[in-house]
Amino acid sequence: MNTLPAPAAGHRATRAANGAAVLAEDLTRTYGTRQAVTGLDLTVPTGRTFGFLGPNGAGKSTTIGMLCTLLRPTSGRALVAGYDVTREPHEVRRRIGLVFQESTLDVDLTAMETLRFHADLFGIPRRRRLDAIMDMLELVELAERRHAPVRTFSGGMRRRLEIARGLLHTPRVLFLDEPTTGLDPQTRAAIWDHLRRLREERDVTVFLTTHQLEEAEHCDRIAIMDEGELVADGTPAALKAVVGSDLITVRTADDPAAALAVREHLGLEAETDTDGLRIRVADGAAWVPRICGALPLTVHSLTVTPPTLDDAFLHYTGRTIREADSKPAGPAIPAPRR
Amino acid sequence: MKTADTAYIAETAGTADTAAPPRAAADAAGRRGHLAADLRAVRVLWQREVIRFGRNRLRIAMSVIMPMMFLLVFGTGLNAAVPAEQDATSDFRAFFFPGVLLMAVQAPAMAAGASIVWDRQAGFLRQLLVAPVRRPPLLTGTCLGGATAGLGYALPVLCLAGLVGIPYRPELLLVLAELALIAFAFTSLGVLVAVCAKHPETFQIVIGLCMMPLLFLSGAVFPASGLPGWLGTVVSLNPLTYAVDALRRTLPGEGVSGLGDRAAGPQWGDWTPSVPAELGCVAVLAALALTVATYRFARSE
Repeated sequence: MNTLPAPAAGHRATRAANGAAVLAEDLTRTYGTRQAVTGLDLTVPTGRTFGFLGPNGAGKSTTIGMLCTLLRPTSGRALVAGYDVTREPHEVRRRIGLVFQESTLDVDLTAMETLRFHADLFGIPRRRRLDAIMDMLELVELAERRHAPVRTFSGGMRRRLEIARGLLHTPRVLFLDEPTTGLDPQTRAAIWDHLRRLREERDVTVFLTTHQLEEAEHCDRIAIMDEGELVADGTPAALKAVVGSDLITVRTADDPAAALAVREHLGLEAETDTDGLRIRVADGAAWVPRICGALPLTVHSLTVTPPTLDDAFLHYTGRTIREADSKPAGPAIPAPRR
Repeated sequence: MKTADTAYIAETAGTADTAAPPRAAADAAGRRGHLAADLRAVRVLWQREVIRFGRNRLRIAMSVIMPMMFLLVFGTGLNAAVPAEQDATSDFRAFFFPGVLLMAVQAPAMAAGASIVWDRQAGFLRQLLVAPVRRPPLLTGTCLGGATAGLGYALPVLCLAGLVGIPYRPELLLVLAELALIAFAFTSLGVLVAVCAKHPETFQIVIGLCMMPLLFLSGAVFPASGLPGWLGTVVSLNPLTYAVDALRRTLPGEGVSGLGDRAAGPQWGDWTPSVPAELGCVAVLAALALTVATYRFARSE
């Protein structure tokens, strides 16, 4: 083993060059003939919260599986914390924390035991072990319940314990696969609070998947994925800006007549549906007086909505995320043939 | 999302754990680090099994009560039915005692295998698989944990020896050591089945189908030497036969082999394997099962 394999040396050059927390190049994963993830190129800068947005079955979990060394990419490559996921899986594992979509706790153990075992598996020295565990328990506010078996924990507490476990070995990147699915709104808000504090206190890169648009708003950067392909990425604001137009909803006494008037007098496209008249236009607020002036009939109400991520999703994929979600899809990750 | 779980694990295996790390690992420091990590992983999994068994009071009660029921109810009943032939010392319960020890050891050992199946279902296994440890120690630790728990359950049964006329002599300590080995072999077999079975149901069915015949054809419940030829072959292929016979020959007192010549152990042609040879068979079996399980766990899964 005197000479380093050339590719490894190459990786190290890339590592030094960009310092990204996650870097994927043409990452592809197929199951039989089905392409779960196709040619994914992705760069996640260090220290950010990165949201991976897409409907169920879009390939998010498959991507996370590849990035955290659980799934072998069919082709392409990925570096996480600077290490190649297929060549140096151990180095990657040492540097990532992981919270899966489903709970992966052993309910027979106490919170303390759960974290102690995790610390041992990751080789945290004994001297520092207790301090590290107590730190994490304080952070997720479970210190008082540390000797209770996980069986007695609520869904939110379990999630928090999993986050604590994911962070115990001070990973560089924390992967969260649908971290708030199945939790009530308060718990969800509390978890987001924790995640925000984490990023401020520990400077860890958070990589999460979600199919909930409200959650994606919390992220510094978002990538939109649909049917295995990355269709867009950028800050939430930038993605929404691409949509470019605000939505003006007007309720009038006679919507079809109003639509006609708007079309004729202002040259704007207007659709009518049960909510009233929908007009898409850049800088909506400035149009409000003109629209009101152009309408010959009574206006009941008028709202201007800035573009949402749902609009962005619609813009990029041609359908809303709710439509995409409700379409009958196979399992997110089908079992490979044996 | 169950399918997703399986896919994850199936894949992990291939993800190069078994392949030698390409660089730097060749030096001794790296290897020592690996060994330390392996030992830590073994300890963690061992502790986990032991904690789980200790915490489940119902299971403790069940696995202690069941063998005692067999010994005291079933054994006493059969003792009355089996005519005491040559001498009055022959007690069916004493003859049955090794079998009861085996049962006590077997239940928790098999449960360790079941825990692997359930871990897979519950996702805990996936969490283990992203830890920076190699796969083999994970299985070894689980097996050691199951063996320890099995031993813990056999201990109270062993304490009952006096009830069936087995004297309390130092040989009982030897018996305890043998039980440790047997428990480890049981757990390895359970783990092997668990690694191969994809669903918890499969595991339950396979274990259920195997355990009863293996136990009956081991000479634990009735002397195996009186069986017709083809069953005799099964008996001498049955690993439990050697376990039971080793226990029986080690247990002190006259009563244990008290059912006369019919209680004789397995024979290979004219040669009667010695106790160490019998234990050797069990050990080889355990090692084999664990190796195959590890191989499957690390690869195709």
